[in-house]
Amino acid sequence: MTVTQTESRPAGVEEPLLSLRGIEKSFGAVHVLRGVDLDVRAGHVTALVGDNGAGKSTLIKGIAGIYGFDAGEYYFEGKPVTVHNPRDANALGIEVVYQDLALCDNLDVVHNMFLGRELTSSGLLEEATMETRARETLDGLSVRTLQSVRTPVASLSGGQRQTVAIARAVLWNSKIVILDEPTAALGVAQTEQVLALVRRLADKGLAVVLISHNMNDVMQVADDIAVLYLGTMVAQVKASDVTHSQVVELITAGKSTNGTKGAGA
Amino acid sequence: MTTTETATETQVAPKGPQSLGAVFDDYRARVRGGEVGALPAVAGAIVLVLVFTVMSGTKFTNAFNFSNLILQTSAIAVFAMGLVFVLLLGEIDLSAGFTGGVAAAIVGKLMNDQDLNWVLALICGLLAGATIGLVIGLIVSRLGVPSFVVTLAFFLALQGVLLLLTGAGGTIPYRDSHVLAIMNKNMPLWLGWAFAALTVVAFAALGFSRRLQRQRAGLPTPTILVWVLKSAVFAAVVVAATAYLSKERSRNVFLASLKGVPIVVVIVAGLLVVLTFLLTRTAWGRHVYAVGGNAEAARRAGINVARVKISCFMMCSTLAAVGGVLLASRTNSVNPSTGGSDTLLFAVGAAVIGGTSLFGGRGRVLDGILGAVVITVIVNGMTLQGQPQGRVYMITGAVLLLAASVDAISRRRATATGRV
Repeated sequence: MTVTQTESRPAGVEEPLLSLRGIEKSFGAVHVLRGVDLDVRAGHVTALVGDNGAGKSTLIKGIAGIYGFDAGEYYFEGKPVTVHNPRDANALGIEVVYQDLALCDNLDVVHNMFLGRELTSSGLLEEATMETRARETLDGLSVRTLQSVRTPVASLSGGQRQTVAIARAVLWNSKIVILDEPTAALGVAQTEQVLALVRRLADKGLAVVLISHNMNDVMQVADDIAVLYLGTMVAQVKASDVTHSQVVELITAGKSTNGTKGAGA
Repeated sequence: MTTTETATETQVAPKGPQSLGAVFDDYRARVRGGEVGALPAVAGAIVLVLVFTVMSGTKFTNAFNFSNLILQTSAIAVFAMGLVFVLLLGEIDLSAGFTGGVAAAIVGKLMNDQDLNWVLALICGLLAGATIGLVIGLIVSRLGVPSFVVTLAFFLALQGVLLLLTGAGGTIPYRDSHVLAIMNKNMPLWLGWAFAALTVVAFAALGFSRRLQRQRAGLPTPTILVWVLKSAVFAAVVVAATAYLSKERSRNVFLASLKGVPIVVVIVAGLLVVLTFLLTRTAWGRHVYAVGGNAEAARRAGINVARVKISCFMMCSTLAAVGGVLLASRTNSVNPSTGGSDTLLFAVGAAVIGGTSLFGGRGRVLDGILGAVVITVIVNGMTLQGQPQGRVYMITGAVLLLAASVDAISRRRATATGRV
């Protein structure tokens, strides 16, 4: 699977992998997303921040195909696409790592990474091939914290579990990995490990969308920051163009008094 | 997927085969961590056999009683193997006993009243079992009624069905010599030995091929000694059992000779192999464990949870039908209590004693057989001593409680050390 983008436009490096334009979503009378635009670039970590109820979860669930958007355009690799269900999103190469990780504690690392997509030949599980590929993926992510891929997931630490969940998302040649609060339940050292892993994913050329409440994490690892405020995208800026306090202001007030240097609303 | 070829070269080197000591240490660590597996059941069975041998002597250890034990174990073991599938999901099937009774009654009716060929009759019995399982599975997975309630209702209803089927006479006799042979006849000595040899060779070959596969893929492989030891112990047990069963055990040789491996052993062993294979080597089996471990995670991974549940209930009920036929074959007839009274409770108890967790996600097909051995040894041994039935039940209950406690404690330990 080679990534063949940049066909539509010669200046393809700047071409976002995923673009959303004018996304609208309501649940009954509640208008959750109001004309949201979002660009996600390959090789970049895009942090999606916003207060509780700003619409972050709705937005990523829409990207992942769990909800349909009411209105708006969804471009993938420059082409308009329709995503009706999670399978469509997976087929495009979009994987989501949810906050609860969705791992089976009684199964080992390999089993979890291939859960639901086991490799078989004539009906039999190909344990050896799966173990080899799981190891390769983990090695490719420079994961050194897992001693054996045959340990049950239950015996892993929070950071290791997060690593397994992320590795599972990467295993399938995915292009976009969406991480929902990957560091929320982790200690300091483990947070560092996971953030380093997030950075490596982007450096390998994947597009990473990181949802986080932790401004330190965001400033440390993100290239772009997209701020949602009450269902509108108030800013999508380069992380280097804003300060910590400006982002906090955007999250809490929807605007920054100093003005942001990037795009704004 | 082209990457596998290149990986073999780069990854073979780092670790040689794991030494015997390392393998043993690993196992000990797992047991300490709460993954006790079959250990309590095997240890319990050995202790019980020793106790009864000391107390009853040859009355317990003679070849006749040994074959008797096998026959008594087999029906419970088959029921228990079926229940393992349901327990793996964290569900229960209380109706399995009477499902077996009803299936056995259908088989008997078809052979007696319709003059149906015994093979066809058995197939109909299995289908009846599968259908009952399908209905239970549909209700549990689609309507979301707890399996405890659904199968309790089926327990009552199927008891009624069995009562109606057996009718006024109270019994449905089994007359077909083939069906009766299952629990009443033995294989010729040569066939028994051939079967034993085949089992040993298959066991060793399977272990070796799996080892070879891992080695080829460049994955850490335990030393060859582990394989040798396992195969040797397995061969010793099989040969010893076959030799003992090949002895003449008839009380009056001139009346009827009684020797050889009981036919039912082939059935139980065959089921063990096929079901273990399904559960550990196929994607379906993996999905069963996944649903039992975390149904929501399984659903999000694209596994059809409802279908897995339905298939497990069907598996349980179909095996219950087999168990019911075994019970009927042993007593030469079906009566209103076939599959009733303690059948189901012994079967659930057997699965749990064998090491299958009631919390779901952990268990093996073999557990059903190991637990059934423990229960049968208790019942058989105490009955031989002339203990009253009441005391037998009390001891069996105590052992089940012990096993369930071991399960709960090992689970707590597992969470503490991070294993489940």
